[in-house]
Amino acid sequence: MDKDTIITSKADEFLQMFKKGEEFTKELLKENEKLRFKIAQLSETMARTGDEARIKIYEDRIALLEEEVKSLRERFMQVEQENKDFASKYVEVEEENNNLANLYVASYQLHSTLDFSEVLRIVLEIVINLIGAEKFAVLLIDDKTNEMVPVCTEGMTLSDAPKVRIGDGTIGSVAKEGESYFAYDLSSEVFNPLEPIVCIPLKIKEHVIGVITIYKLLVQKAGFSNVDYELFNLLAGHAATAIFSSRMYTQSERKLTTIQSFLDLLKEKPKK
Amino acid sequence: MPNILVVEDSPTMRQLISFAIKRVPNSRVIEATDGVDALKKLSSEKVDLILADINMPVMDGLKLVSLVRSNASYKDIPIIIVTTEGAEEDKKRALAIGANAYLPKPIQTQELIKLVNSYLPA
Repeated sequence: MDKDTIITSKADEFLQMFKKGEEFTKELLKENEKLRFKIAQLSETMARTGDEARIKIYEDRIALLEEEVKSLRERFMQVEQENKDFASKYVEVEEENNNLANLYVASYQLHSTLDFSEVLRIVLEIVINLIGAEKFAVLLIDDKTNEMVPVCTEGMTLSDAPKVRIGDGTIGSVAKEGESYFAYDLSSEVFNPLEPIVCIPLKIKEHVIGVITIYKLLVQKAGFSNVDYELFNLLAGHAATAIFSSRMYTQSERKLTTIQSFLDLLKEKPKK
Repeated sequence: MPNILVVEDSPTMRQLISFAIKRVPNSRVIEATDGVDALKKLSSEKVDLILADINMPVMDGLKLVSLVRSNASYKDIPIIIVTTEGAEEDKKRALAIGANAYLPKPIQTQELIKLVNSYLPA
């Protein structure tokens, strides 16, 4: 082979090598581009993953707060209900307190005197002012005749009030049985002395000494409340003992005065 | 300390009203048995409010209201009528004479206290 041919073949070899180098460089550049793209993609994904994690944290926190709000709301409703219960209990206690005050005053007044007429006046006051009756009478049993006779009245005269034998009619039955009577219709306008709207026995233990007969309530009094029934019970017992003891006391006082006068007369020796 | 004059001939009602008014903070009850007695108490004590019945012996509640309203020294004292007279015309008459409020018996204690508080100086 001559010298020129050798140079040409070496030049070709070099050119081929150069071309391969060029191709390799191009491939590297492409690979580099691909890797750059992947890096960009990865950093974008990473950024997105951070946001999602944060969102997840916030969502969890919101759920927690919502749970807390729910439990607070439930507690608030519970406290509100408790408040309502306390308020209604307060009203009940207040009402009970007032009722007890009424009963205390009535009982205190009934036992504040031993004067028979004053006790009757107090019974009238209680029935008018605390119960709200306009027309009524107090009847006491006369042991000699076994008949109930009126001793005091309000809104009617003594002569309008009936005399009733024990066991006769509504009033007589109340005296016989010792059980209170309440008419179905409390607003009856027709006055019948033998048909009261309410009849309360005056009892010392099981012994009836008389009755209170109510014929008409005050215009503003529509019906009876719990305290009225308590007052009726109180009147049945306390008014009876107050009336009985004051009557006994008044009678014994009168007898004592008579006996004392008689003794004084005996002591005085006739001067001759 | 508000002074409340209770004019009532019934000892039972006087005691009951006084009992109720004890719940008005710092108040003091002055009792009178009729209108004449009330005027005596008014001349000797400073009164912030009058609670008066209508049906009373010696001088009734309506006469008391008109006398209080015509007296320069007492004319501004609030008066609450507490009575068994529950008819509307009775109420109108009492208010026309000069009563400030009208409460028919039997009284509800809470209602009475509420009314008393509303007429007492703050």
